[in-house]
Amino acid sequence: MKFASSPILTHRLAPGRSRFVVLLLLGSFLVLLGRSFYLQGFQNDFLQKKGESRYERTIEISATRGRILDRHGDVLAVSTPVKAVWAIPEDASLKPAEARQLAGLLDMDVRELNRKLASERDFVFVKRQVPPDVADKVEALKLRGIHEQTEYRRYYPSGDVMAHLLGFTGVADEGQEGVELAMNGLLMGKPGSRRVIKDRRGQIVEDVESIRAPQEGKDVTLALDAKIQYLAHSLLKQAIGEHKAKAGGVVVLDVRTGEVLALANMPTYNPNNRVRLAGAQLRNRAFTDTFEPGSTFKPFTAALALEKGKFRFDTPIQTAPGRLTIGSATIHDAHPHGVLTLAEVIQKSSNVGAAKVALSFAPEEMWQTFAGLGFGAPLKLGFPGEVGGRLRPAKSWRPIEQATMSYGHGISVTLIQMARAYMAFARDGDLVPLSLTRVDAPPVASATVFSGQTAREVRAMLEMAVQPGGTAPKAQIPGYRVAGKTGTAHKLDGGTYADKYVSSFIGFAPASDPRLVVAVMIDEPSAGKHYGGDVAAPVFAQIMAGALRTLGVPQDQPLKPLIMAEAVKEGV
Amino acid sequence: MLRLNFILLLVALVCALATVAANHRARKLFVEYEREQSRMRELEVEFGQLQLEQSTWAGHARIEKIARERLAMRPPAPAQVVQLEAAPR
Repeated sequence: MKFASSPILTHRLAPGRSRFVVLLLLGSFLVLLGRSFYLQGFQNDFLQKKGESRYERTIEISATRGRILDRHGDVLAVSTPVKAVWAIPEDASLKPAEARQLAGLLDMDVRELNRKLASERDFVFVKRQVPPDVADKVEALKLRGIHEQTEYRRYYPSGDVMAHLLGFTGVADEGQEGVELAMNGLLMGKPGSRRVIKDRRGQIVEDVESIRAPQEGKDVTLALDAKIQYLAHSLLKQAIGEHKAKAGGVVVLDVRTGEVLALANMPTYNPNNRVRLAGAQLRNRAFTDTFEPGSTFKPFTAALALEKGKFRFDTPIQTAPGRLTIGSATIHDAHPHGVLTLAEVIQKSSNVGAAKVALSFAPEEMWQTFAGLGFGAPLKLGFPGEVGGRLRPAKSWRPIEQATMSYGHGISVTLIQMARAYMAFARDGDLVPLSLTRVDAPPVASATVFSGQTAREVRAMLEMAVQPGGTAPKAQIPGYRVAGKTGTAHKLDGGTYADKYVSSFIGFAPASDPRLVVAVMIDEPSAGKHYGGDVAAPVFAQIMAGALRTLGVPQDQPLKPLIMAEAVKEGV
Repeated sequence: MLRLNFILLLVALVCALATVAANHRARKLFVEYEREQSRMRELEVEFGQLQLEQSTWAGHARIEKIARERLAMRPPAPAQVVQLEAAPR
């Protein structure tokens, strides 16, 4: 039978029905078309985003904090990744055995762990700064609700040797003390992020865009010489123990560049383990503690006298009978000396002599010299907690104060200020800005305080002070000419001078062409000796000798047996 | 005319397949690149840790202790030091 002759076709349908079907189909098509236009046209952005979120991921790129290096590139501080273990307390319902296992791995108390997991919050840190190998073991336990994230921990391989200069960082790897804080902006990296496409297995298959490029923290190269720093630290530590002192500080400066080669303080702490840290250990005394310098201040008075032309190197000054009464107060020398030249006043450290010199000048002249040397104002090295000490305006000085200031009482300074001011003698009268970071080009002198002639003459006086007949023969170093000055200052205790002392020695070598300034300060030596020449001078000599050898500075004096004559007692 | 269309269709098809293949290859290479990058980061971390270890072993306190105690070394007396003059350049 042919299809065309099928009997069904002979049956004619009503024309309305077929038209209805055609219109229905056409209508459906239009609805579909409209819907697709709607989705493509109006909803496009939203849907595109939804789609991308299925396979696109934004990932954070962490940036490491820069390292701190010493001048030779030895690593002093470095960040390495560790893990923070955190939990969503709601999800983390650990069985007692699991909790014990986790607590055991993390080296914490089970009760403490359970207390943390019972917290109401959505997010708790179980333990931070977990070493990577421990973190891997924790991860292997596959506990529900326990997660890990990478963070950084700072390590200081040299430990307590340079703790004060370097400082330390907090748990989020941001600087909190010392160079870590002072140069935080430079050291800190900026984390970046980028958008990528990930496949089913979580592998990144395509880079979509970089939202923010990460910025690695920059390395900081300090001026510090790790060898000299170790020397300064260990010799200071030894001296503090020997003299049963409360505290102490050492500063080593490079005369030519103004670099801080070493800076040690006692008591110190281990920056890698900062449990039980007390304020006294944290203090960077060389920068933040002021003290009355005592006789180490006399050379500035002598320099003023030479500079103004009123005194010469050998101008005689009557210091007999070893005391001088100004108003109601009397200044004493430890030993009466009689007539001394200006040079001998420094050599034998006569208070009366220094006071007499000072009283021949107007307070303004003295103030200008002291302020020009940087006293009374912070050095502005960018170091946290730096102080400037106290130098009162000249108008308020009474004669007795002017007299005591000439030998370093009634004024307060920091050790680093003293060390820098001595650079004026070591450098033919000018000063350079100090630097914590390595200086590659010789710096430009910032201020000329004294003439070259004055500086050379004071240098000669300071050389006399360490020779037999001076206050510090123990500061001598075989093979090198040394110049320096002792200081023994009474400490103010509740407004009156108590029987406590600050012993100090500041000097430089080789005297023929100074390379280093070393300043030593020992606070409250209480094992019998307290004169700067007995307590601080030997520390100075050992540090200076070691540092000169380390730097390979040629000797400037033939070897000869040192004459360790009994030191002349200085005025206190 | 029909033959030309057929050829063009074939060309289009080949191009499409080539695009797919190239894309796949690119992604594969990218995965490899990513792997090397993360290896680099790991090595950097290891380098940091090794530096740390090195400076711990080479600590001045440790060197001094070993030099003094195990090797019985001491600083030379000043008389034992011979100073050499550098030749003028």
